[in-house]
Amino acid sequence: MRQWRQYTMFAALLIIWGIFAWLTHGVFMSPRNLSNLFLQTATVGILAIGMSFIIITRNIDLSVGSGVALAGAVAAYLQVNGHAPAWVSVAGALGVGLLIGLWQGFWVAYQGVPAFIVTLAGMMIFRGLVLGVTQGATIAPLLPDFKIIGQGYITSSVTIGIGIFVGIALLTAFFLKRAKQIKYGFKVKPLVIDLCVQLGILALVLAFFAVMVANRGLPYAVFLLFLLALIFHFVAANTIFGRHLFALGGNPDAAALSGINIKQRVLVLFAVFGLLTGLAGVVMTARLNAATTSAGQGMELDVIAACVIGGTSLLGGEGTIAGAVIGALIMASLDNGMSLMDTNITYQYIIKGMILLLAVWMDMQGRKNR
Amino acid sequence: MSNNPGNTYILQMQDIVKDFAGVKALDGVSCDIRAGEIHALVGENGAGKSTLMKVLSGVYPAGAYQGHILIDGKEARFKNPKSAELAGIAIIYQELILAKNLSVLENICLGQEAASAGVIDWGKNIDIARRVLKQVGLEVDVTIKVGDLGVGQQQMVVIARALFKRARILILDEPTAALSSKEADVLLGIIKELKAQGVTCIYISHRLGEIFQIADRITVLRDGKTVAVKDKVGLNEESLIALMVGRPLHNLYPKDSRTAKDVMWDVREWTVDDEVTHKHIDNVSFQLRHGEVLGLAGLVGCGRTELVMSFFGLWGKRSKGTMTLNGEVLEARNPSATIAAGLSLASEDRKRYGLVLEQHIQSNISLASLLKIASYGIVDEAKEIMAADGYTKDLRIKASSIHQKTVQLSGGNQQKVVLAKWLMTKPKVLILDEPTRGIDVGAKIEIYQIINDLIKNGVGVLVISSEMNELLGICDRILVMSQGKITGDMPSAQATQEKIMAYAVGK
Repeated sequence: MRQWRQYTMFAALLIIWGIFAWLTHGVFMSPRNLSNLFLQTATVGILAIGMSFIIITRNIDLSVGSGVALAGAVAAYLQVNGHAPAWVSVAGALGVGLLIGLWQGFWVAYQGVPAFIVTLAGMMIFRGLVLGVTQGATIAPLLPDFKIIGQGYITSSVTIGIGIFVGIALLTAFFLKRAKQIKYGFKVKPLVIDLCVQLGILALVLAFFAVMVANRGLPYAVFLLFLLALIFHFVAANTIFGRHLFALGGNPDAAALSGINIKQRVLVLFAVFGLLTGLAGVVMTARLNAATTSAGQGMELDVIAACVIGGTSLLGGEGTIAGAVIGALIMASLDNGMSLMDTNITYQYIIKGMILLLAVWMDMQGRKNR
Repeated sequence: MSNNPGNTYILQMQDIVKDFAGVKALDGVSCDIRAGEIHALVGENGAGKSTLMKVLSGVYPAGAYQGHILIDGKEARFKNPKSAELAGIAIIYQELILAKNLSVLENICLGQEAASAGVIDWGKNIDIARRVLKQVGLEVDVTIKVGDLGVGQQQMVVIARALFKRARILILDEPTAALSSKEADVLLGIIKELKAQGVTCIYISHRLGEIFQIADRITVLRDGKTVAVKDKVGLNEESLIALMVGRPLHNLYPKDSRTAKDVMWDVREWTVDDEVTHKHIDNVSFQLRHGEVLGLAGLVGCGRTELVMSFFGLWGKRSKGTMTLNGEVLEARNPSATIAAGLSLASEDRKRYGLVLEQHIQSNISLASLLKIASYGIVDEAKEIMAADGYTKDLRIKASSIHQKTVQLSGGNQQKVVLAKWLMTKPKVLILDEPTRGIDVGAKIEIYQIINDLIKNGVGVLVISSEMNELLGICDRILVMSQGKITGDMPSAQATQEKIMAYAVGK
């Protein structure tokens, strides 16, 4: 079911790309624009990875927009006003993110205040702190070493190397998994069909790398996004922590009786999400080359929409990392494509809202017919 | 034939066929209900009872099934549950459907408030509500919140609501599943009372004792077909079960012969308070020995479930008393430490406390044992699959694969998954709270056999049950609880239902 959901969302993404390619006479699909599109996705994508876990555990975080801005503002303040080196700025942003996560996690997990309220409060508190740190002004310009995180590219030759490595890893993983499934007696599809699907995926991945190389190489921020997606995908499926999150989201009472320390798990999750928020703050601020007071406003909605479009259930217990990243790509594609077409901002909002509504409605229809 | 008030049929179902994607859930079921009788519908899980009732109550609209439904001899075609309700058919589900935050009155008239121009005429509603409450023998203030009533009283409110809507045919689906035996007796009395007032009842239950107590006639379903429609007279439990499962079952309660040995689990002066509900576990002491199944009886609300939940720190605020397991003192009051020490609890409510329903069998079985099959926090899936596969085979869990979602399994198989989860924790003592609630005879016997095997393998078992026959049949010793205290402790050879009842009501 989850897999089916991912495939349909991926198909939806391709359809959206096709429509924009047609409407923009191919400009949308140019390597330069696609590279740009993935860069635009990075911030929301990193956040969506963490947010999907938050939603899986039946929580929500409305404060990410303000949190990202605060982490970015602190990073900018440290280097511009404090003359600190880039790595100290990054560490500062991550530290701020961690504190935000621990603070909200404490209130949600140990004081039992609904996450909606805790993070709504956080949204205001952190925005206030942003104004405090920036003194209401934009902090710019930033250090070249720092900017590279949001604007820099891995050289083309290294990108090719990464592409080849990923391709080999994909095929190896496929054969290992298949061998394991056969060993444990699960039904597997005929090798030809499975292999065709796998080769299709491989072709897409290689095409992605080719597009990146055709532009200027793989952006650091995009590399970071996919690396994090891979790590958290692994966490979700193969670690005790991940299993516990799905279980307590699916049925908290059964999870508690099974010996899962729910409060501690939720606190740790918020802390991890805080770190991701800090990281997203770094990427966003580096890309904009400035920390502004209004940075990240409304971003929480894009992030939540990305998760939901990607198949994360607001009822908890269900969701995937791949889905969240695809959801983020869909949201960014809409932004990017409509900007290219110079669509009136009025319609941009309306269309994004309609797509969100439609995606969830289609999902519900799919579930009903199951 | 004073039991049969007449031979006119109020309801006839003829050759009902309902299939789901080619699988026939109902395969030509026919069932005639006489006006004013109590008609029992029995069959194993999956026999088609619920599907038939859904057809009858309009959940599956006319056209979605084949066959005919006749009410008072005239064909009825229900478009939706509402139209079935208007025809006088009311269904009382296993799970209570009440708005707990609303008053008894509001619940009773919900959806059919007497009103003029959209403004509710409360005076008129109160009059009718009082009348139907009297019919079901419930004497409570109509303004009291339903959530403040006991489960038994809530059940009466549900029936009163059906009467408020002028139901002529009442379908009761396992109405006593959540009730204590005392409350169940009251309910059965009310149903007889309603019969005397001319209400026709279709009674669905796994509790055959109840059926023989109140039913006039019995329809037996098996594999989607009607296998028998019989007068109660001339049937007994054994012959009825034989009809249900399609073969005679000689021993409902298989039990190995065995002797109790040394004490393995020793609970002393266990006292727990709960400030919220002011309930209380009062100075409970008992011992569980190697090689015995210990039963725990008592009325619902006596504190049995609270007692076992408190061992895991999941109920109550303060606890005094000590607990030792194989001589080692168990200090912890949280689930993970208690499970690690060797105590596991399969809860009475498998959907709430047992399973993560949307997840598959494999992750449900491993959920409480992940630490055992992981290194550095990473789960070894190979070990997980082997374990899940092993338990699925050992306990004969029927599923397409261990990757089937547990929500799709039958009650008996769900219960087995819960058992597998707890067996995987390798408990020294396993507590089973209502292990056979809502599951069919065949699965029950399998669960009893699993309990026998556990004892053979040196695991201690404590069984809590509302069915006294079950406790008498499978336990070696029985404890009785009343109002938070242990009031009786006897070998089951010396126990009788009357004795247990006497202790349970606190004498």
